[in-house]
Amino acid sequence: MMYRTFWFLTSALLAATFGCASNRAPLPVPSPTGASIALPAVKWTEQQQANHVLNRLAYGPSPDDLELIQRMGVAAWIDRQLHPDWIPDDAVTLKLRALPTLTLSTAELYARFPPIQVQARLAGLNPANSDDRETLLQAIPKEDLPRQIPIELVAAKLIRAVESKRQLEEVLVDFWFNHFNVSVDKGQVKWMVTSYERDAIRPHVFGTFRELLGATAHHPAMLFYLDNWQSSRELPDAKQGRARPGARMGLNENYARELLELHTMGVNGGYTQKDVREVARCFTGWTIDMPRYIGDFVYRDRMHDKNSKIVLGTFIAPGGGQDDGERILDHLAAHPSTARFIATKLIRKFVSDEPPVSLVDKVARVFLDTGGHLPSVYAAIFTSPEFWSDRAYAAKTKTPLEYAVSAVRALGGTTSGEAPFAGAIDRMGEPLYRSQPPTGFPESAEAWVNAGALVSRINFGLALAANRVPGTKVDVLRYVKPAQSSDERVKALATAILGRAPEESTRKKLGEAVASASGEGAHGQQRPADPMILAGLLLGSPEFQKQ
Amino acid sequence: MKVDRRFFLKSSGLAMLGLGFAPGFLSRAVAARTAANKKILLAIFQRGGADGLSMVPPVGDPEYYALRPTLAIARPGAGDGAALKLDDTFGLHPALSSLTPFYEAGALAIIHAVGSPKPTRSHFDAQDFMEGGIPGALAPDGWLNRALQAEAARNSSAFRAVALQSNLPRSLFGSAPAVAMGSVAEFKLRTGRLSEAGTRSFEALYASAVDVALRNTGNETFEALRLLEKSKLDGMPEEHGANYPNSPLGRRLKDVARLIRADIGLEVAATDCGGWDTHVGQGAAQGQLAERLKELGDSLAAFAVDLGDRMADVCVVTMTEFGRTVRENGNRGTDHGTASVMMVLGGGVRGRRVIGQWRGLREPNLFEGRDLAMATDFRAVLSEVLGSHLGISRLGPVFPDFDGAKAPLRLFSA
Repeated sequence: MMYRTFWFLTSALLAATFGCASNRAPLPVPSPTGASIALPAVKWTEQQQANHVLNRLAYGPSPDDLELIQRMGVAAWIDRQLHPDWIPDDAVTLKLRALPTLTLSTAELYARFPPIQVQARLAGLNPANSDDRETLLQAIPKEDLPRQIPIELVAAKLIRAVESKRQLEEVLVDFWFNHFNVSVDKGQVKWMVTSYERDAIRPHVFGTFRELLGATAHHPAMLFYLDNWQSSRELPDAKQGRARPGARMGLNENYARELLELHTMGVNGGYTQKDVREVARCFTGWTIDMPRYIGDFVYRDRMHDKNSKIVLGTFIAPGGGQDDGERILDHLAAHPSTARFIATKLIRKFVSDEPPVSLVDKVARVFLDTGGHLPSVYAAIFTSPEFWSDRAYAAKTKTPLEYAVSAVRALGGTTSGEAPFAGAIDRMGEPLYRSQPPTGFPESAEAWVNAGALVSRINFGLALAANRVPGTKVDVLRYVKPAQSSDERVKALATAILGRAPEESTRKKLGEAVASASGEGAHGQQRPADPMILAGLLLGSPEFQKQ
Repeated sequence: MKVDRRFFLKSSGLAMLGLGFAPGFLSRAVAARTAANKKILLAIFQRGGADGLSMVPPVGDPEYYALRPTLAIARPGAGDGAALKLDDTFGLHPALSSLTPFYEAGALAIIHAVGSPKPTRSHFDAQDFMEGGIPGALAPDGWLNRALQAEAARNSSAFRAVALQSNLPRSLFGSAPAVAMGSVAEFKLRTGRLSEAGTRSFEALYASAVDVALRNTGNETFEALRLLEKSKLDGMPEEHGANYPNSPLGRRLKDVARLIRADIGLEVAATDCGGWDTHVGQGAAQGQLAERLKELGDSLAAFAVDLGDRMADVCVVTMTEFGRTVRENGNRGTDHGTASVMMVLGGGVRGRRVIGQWRGLREPNLFEGRDLAMATDFRAVLSEVLGSHLGISRLGPVFPDFDGAKAPLRLFSA
């Protein structure tokens, strides 16, 4: 509490300082813990260290974050990012107020945006008839259609990714959402996903893995997405494959399988098909209260399989209830296979597409020793020699989201998160909140480095630099001065966007391209390079695809 | 909606087939087979685990109706929503009715109980293993890419291998160049005032990229962009009254047909269709699964009609990572299973057959007492498609430790 007051004052000062670009006095920023994290010795320049950290723990370098790191040092910046409560983020909070659905519960969203079927019934139309459907869609104002929910969710994600000061939190929310993936395209998930990210993912990314796992396991979005809400004890005659007409009782193993394979132990973690069934039986009765109107978690004892179970060698006595599932989650969250699986995935995200085994061992041990305390796990990665090795530097290719957001940040931009920005990310291959399979989006670059995606990236870079992405504004001119020669401009912009002065050959190539497009001035002499075209070329360059 | 076969044929532009005219591509197929290097393969992956027992229901197997009380497709002739008769054992899902003319004309073969000898019920692994072409192990590259590597010399077009989707599927991972694109229309640089100079400088930047993957992708991209610009196929209309569904798969197959008609060296095309993971409310003659099947069948039929005579050189193969549980689950759906169905459509196909040993659905014959067991290895189908249709002679590197000649399916006429 004490440092919260202290930080409120400091943050007010900071905000005042950043608000006005011409009035920036160096401000000492103490770390409230006193004990900040210790980084291994590294030969890189300060600029390289800042680039690396901002490329991995943030959505790429922005002028503001670069300056902050310059002032407080890399270690203090990382320490603060591991404690987002210390970082005021009022500007983003204020901006998100323009998106009212973000704070609504699932039940409120149903009331505000009734499903088309419900609206049709109210209007006396038949939702199964395509003409009736069309009539209805025409009659309802766009902002009253259920699709407004994902539109606002996407906008919020993009605003936060570009502008939030709590960059690591945003990176982690994206990581864990993708780990515990749900898709807005499946049935009722659209009404539940706002709460899922807000209530199940975001509050726990700096907690323990068990908390995060439990929150997702209880959330209606997950229960719906992986069908557990309909899973119940087998009826005796259903075992013979003759479900009573009209009955919908029976076991559904979808969630149980993905819980083991994707959320905790990993596919080679050492479980069997029998374990999948037994886990599914433990979670029978974890369901949703009125999934089309209320959408809250509820445990229904009459759906629960009360018989004994044996999961991964552990005996679960008969007569249990909701606790059967909780015990499974306890067991899985503390399992060595889970520790390795999560360590590997985080290292792939933050360090390298091919996680070094030495680091996996170390991080998995931290996971087990700390009871899955996630900040300790993250810190073990960020302070490892592997994270700070030359092999890790600029070694990863940006995902579509990372590429698009880092481009806006590199140019000191802001966004309202409107459709054109999101649409560009769709075309690069990873439409936000719409990854259909439970695996989420793929983790390694092979999946998204391809011709069509490259064309989409280059097109986005060109459009963005020219401020032709409605709702998203960048400031290219901040990096150049009117009197500069073309070569000086190339150097200045490349340093700003790529984080270092480009090689002679690259500079020449860029200069030539821009010269032909910039044309001649009034007196026949060559105009200095158009900074927007230049920035577009740099954003589309191979170097900017890397992080 | 009532599925009326006659209405369907008309709306698919296939009326002539229904009236008994063999499509031209069939009669010309044998003659065209001499020029093996013009052959084209389209591979469609049904992601999510498609239920082979609904796609091609074993209507002659009495166990089927006992195991699927609410999901089974009715026996042929049982009125609306009944299966379409294929033979004494099997029927075709009524939503696939636009494929029956092709089946009747001998251009469509179905392989049932097809799967992997090392099955897994993980979507992720099963897809990776199948697309990698090596059961039970993760290959660094894909079966389609290795096939292209095996005959690298014969075609150097930038469009030799194309995935019509925004991400390259694992089957095309590897050293042979392959282009992925969401659509033909999107595949265009918008360089504005920079115009040609912009394209040239991006090309130069990527040619000297340090990152090998980016450099290679860059090379493929700029070559493909040039070729596509010359061919002017954006907006090329479909032919022969082909009626593609206005759906992702319909649009993608329309683009594949354009690439084929533009004669720019396409040899292998791949695309996905999703939505097959029917754990809940799968539906029978109508419903969730039926809608997916209708999109698949109508898209394939439109593709074949659109290509007309060119279809003699084209083979389409469909696959899915696994089938689904033989018993329906408690939610009128099905869970992850083992063997499923593949389809092979095109010129030279010895069709009008459901291929594969059928052991029946009695419990002792099921895999682990719950799934349709594999009778045919998926590699047997793919290796004949590569060998007999694409004319690739060296299949050893494509499917190591597998010899398709041991139990040939003879999917193609010699």
